[in-house]
Amino acid sequence: MKITIDGVTTDVQEGSTILDAARQMGIDTPTLCYGDTLTPVNVCRVCVVEVERSRALVPACSRKVEEGMVVHTDSERVRTSRRLVMELLGSAVDLSTAPEALAYIERYEAKPDRFGPDSLTVAQAVKVDNELYVRDYSKCILCYKCVEACGVDHQNTFAITVAGRGFGAHISTELDVPLPESACVYCGNCVAVCPTGALMAKSEFDLREAGEWREEEQAEVDTVCPYCGVGCNLTLHVQDDAIVKVTSPDDHDVTRGNLCIKGRFGYRYVQTRKPA
Amino acid sequence: MFGAGGGTSSYEETRAADLIVLWGSNAREAHPIWFHHALKAKNRGAKLIVVDPRRTPSAQWADLWLGLDVGTDIPLANAVAREILEAGFADIEFIGRATSGFEAFRESVQPWTLEEGERVTGVPADAIRELAHSYGSATNAQLCWTLGITEHHNAVDNVFALINLALLTGKVGKWGSGLQPLRGQNNVQGGGDMGAIPNKLPGGQDVADDAARAKFEAAWGASIPPNPGLHLSGMFEAMEHGELRAAYVVGENPAQGEADQARAERLLSGLDHLVVQDIFLTRTAQLADVVLPAAATLGEAEGTVTSSERRVQRVRKAYAAPGEARDDIEIVYELGRRLGHDLGSTKPEDVWNECRSLSPWHAGMTYARLEELGGIQWPCADESDPGALFLHGRLWDDVVEDRAPFQAVEHDPPVDALDDDFPLRLTTGRRLESYNTGVQSGGYSSPLHVGGTDILLSPADGERYGVADGGRVRIVSRRGAVETSARYDPDLRAGLAFMNLHFPDEVATNMLTIDATDPKSGTAEFKATAIRLEPVA
Repeated sequence: MKITIDGVTTDVQEGSTILDAARQMGIDTPTLCYGDTLTPVNVCRVCVVEVERSRALVPACSRKVEEGMVVHTDSERVRTSRRLVMELLGSAVDLSTAPEALAYIERYEAKPDRFGPDSLTVAQAVKVDNELYVRDYSKCILCYKCVEACGVDHQNTFAITVAGRGFGAHISTELDVPLPESACVYCGNCVAVCPTGALMAKSEFDLREAGEWREEEQAEVDTVCPYCGVGCNLTLHVQDDAIVKVTSPDDHDVTRGNLCIKGRFGYRYVQTRKPA
Repeated sequence: MFGAGGGTSSYEETRAADLIVLWGSNAREAHPIWFHHALKAKNRGAKLIVVDPRRTPSAQWADLWLGLDVGTDIPLANAVAREILEAGFADIEFIGRATSGFEAFRESVQPWTLEEGERVTGVPADAIRELAHSYGSATNAQLCWTLGITEHHNAVDNVFALINLALLTGKVGKWGSGLQPLRGQNNVQGGGDMGAIPNKLPGGQDVADDAARAKFEAAWGASIPPNPGLHLSGMFEAMEHGELRAAYVVGENPAQGEADQARAERLLSGLDHLVVQDIFLTRTAQLADVVLPAAATLGEAEGTVTSSERRVQRVRKAYAAPGEARDDIEIVYELGRRLGHDLGSTKPEDVWNECRSLSPWHAGMTYARLEELGGIQWPCADESDPGALFLHGRLWDDVVEDRAPFQAVEHDPPVDALDDDFPLRLTTGRRLESYNTGVQSGGYSSPLHVGGTDILLSPADGERYGVADGGRVRIVSRRGAVETSARYDPDLRAGLAFMNLHFPDEVATNMLTIDATDPKSGTAEFKATAIRLEPVA
């Protein structure tokens, strides 16, 4: 079907979203809560666009295209809305390990500090309760991606959800218990989708704390998990000839970015060997 | 199966199935990402049926759980087959066109009424009926199994019993339905495909096949013995009889991984010469005369591995191996050179291309294509072949030259029988966070490792034998004894206990297990040990 985006009319496949169409046309649309392997939950509102004859702005990530739709992705109204979203997030949340969010703040000239020094934040202590990954909810934008990855989209463990209402809403295990007492199985599939570094492998967290995390120097090498026979693809993140983190490619059909505890965290055995 | 040693189906078909049967498989813990594919189907409305003595985390997802007694898979399968026939779900047209041996098979399952099935397996007749009707009426059914089927003294018969069900209902050889033996190790499929099976050359070609052997002999300039070699259990037999005096063990820890561990250690220690090539100084390596330190597959080596869906994928090197550790290819080729043979280039891609030139399954899999396509499923005949999502499509041809045989199989209970002295059935399996003898998974710690050395007991057995939840217990089998802590597990039925093999340095479960092995596959009966419990004060 035909739709018009930013004055250009194009053919798109029925069932696509406005985001799909915009990407197809090479238009860079910001997203935070959207993930290629996840069902959209439409919470971050940073992808909103203006659709003619629609009263409200619509989320590009989940709104399906319609014949003859006319869309504006960079109108003043859209820019203002995106700017406000980033100002609200930036004022309340530590975005220091969220490169995409920082880029959007710059792109939309957002001023998160305009609410003054006393504006509410979600600042809190980092939760370090196991050796595999840490949770720093002062960096959490409540995008729900971790909840979706832990839930029906991937892992189906349902160890976490959003608890509380309004500004008190937060990601929580059952009764807010520490991870070792929760249903968590440490697949780290939540860590994999987190867009802000609120969830982080402890290996990365420790290196950052020590000032030794040098992402720009890291090599990424794709290989296959050494454990069971499913054949999950691993991306080894390598710094100073050592694995510092393991992820899996989103676009590989075996894993869709997911791993189990052994694949994501069980690599240390190759590093505990001492030269003879 | 049917002449090709690989699962017939793809993960893609698992996602699209309307029935998934997991038989002797706890994939939720042992194959977690495969289980994601199964859950995609389940969440879409597919039915999941789990056959397992334990109510495992996989069984907890099931629409129907059949908690059979350990070692009664054949009676259960035969009762399912009989009910499929009785209820009219058999695909008579397919059977007549594509199979052989049906009449003998039909005869063999006649005694297995639902009632007889219930009596022998412990599974209620209604549940057996529901499995039969679900499987018989499904359009796209995946029948999947793991070590619950194969770690028995009659492993191959167990597999035949499941294959019979697929043949009976025409659920193999077409998109959507098939048989999946889920592979437990990242390259156990590839190892077999490369000829690490006593009667096979690379690409599933038989050593007894003169033409196949001649092809390899021409390429290698050496003669190949036409007789099959020994599988692992056969090698231990031969050690026992003094016929095998030297062993070269690569990437395996049989001193702790074999059933009846005391015997395994004794036989390995008694060899004239033992060479171990490994990434660690394992217990087996500690017994060796020569240890060859090897590079790890993870991060230190180049090559390929083959997954459960026959997908050949590239493994890649990220950095150099530590110390003097060397790549497996280099070690083997250097050994060849010292023995007077130039085996050629040690470049992994060159070795792979040699394999492609000799194995029709792999012929079309260039490194470039493996990279571009994210792996390729064999067989892949040439560089225009996308590979095979499923096998045995020939069974649906109008005329089937090479028919798939039914194999009538009889019940043969576990060798380690229960009696008054050893009244409890101990079975073994894998935990989510751990792996085999723990050589790899012992290298990291996690909250899930906690309690890994416990024996799990049903609360009823704990009370009956005076073993408290959390109490110490001595576990005695006809071969040995170990001591550990007990934990009550309400998902175990009375009479069934569970241990894993992951922490052999702390609790050597294989001191208990029996080395009764399947004569065809060489697999030991890790799944069925008779034990008694002695509370430790």
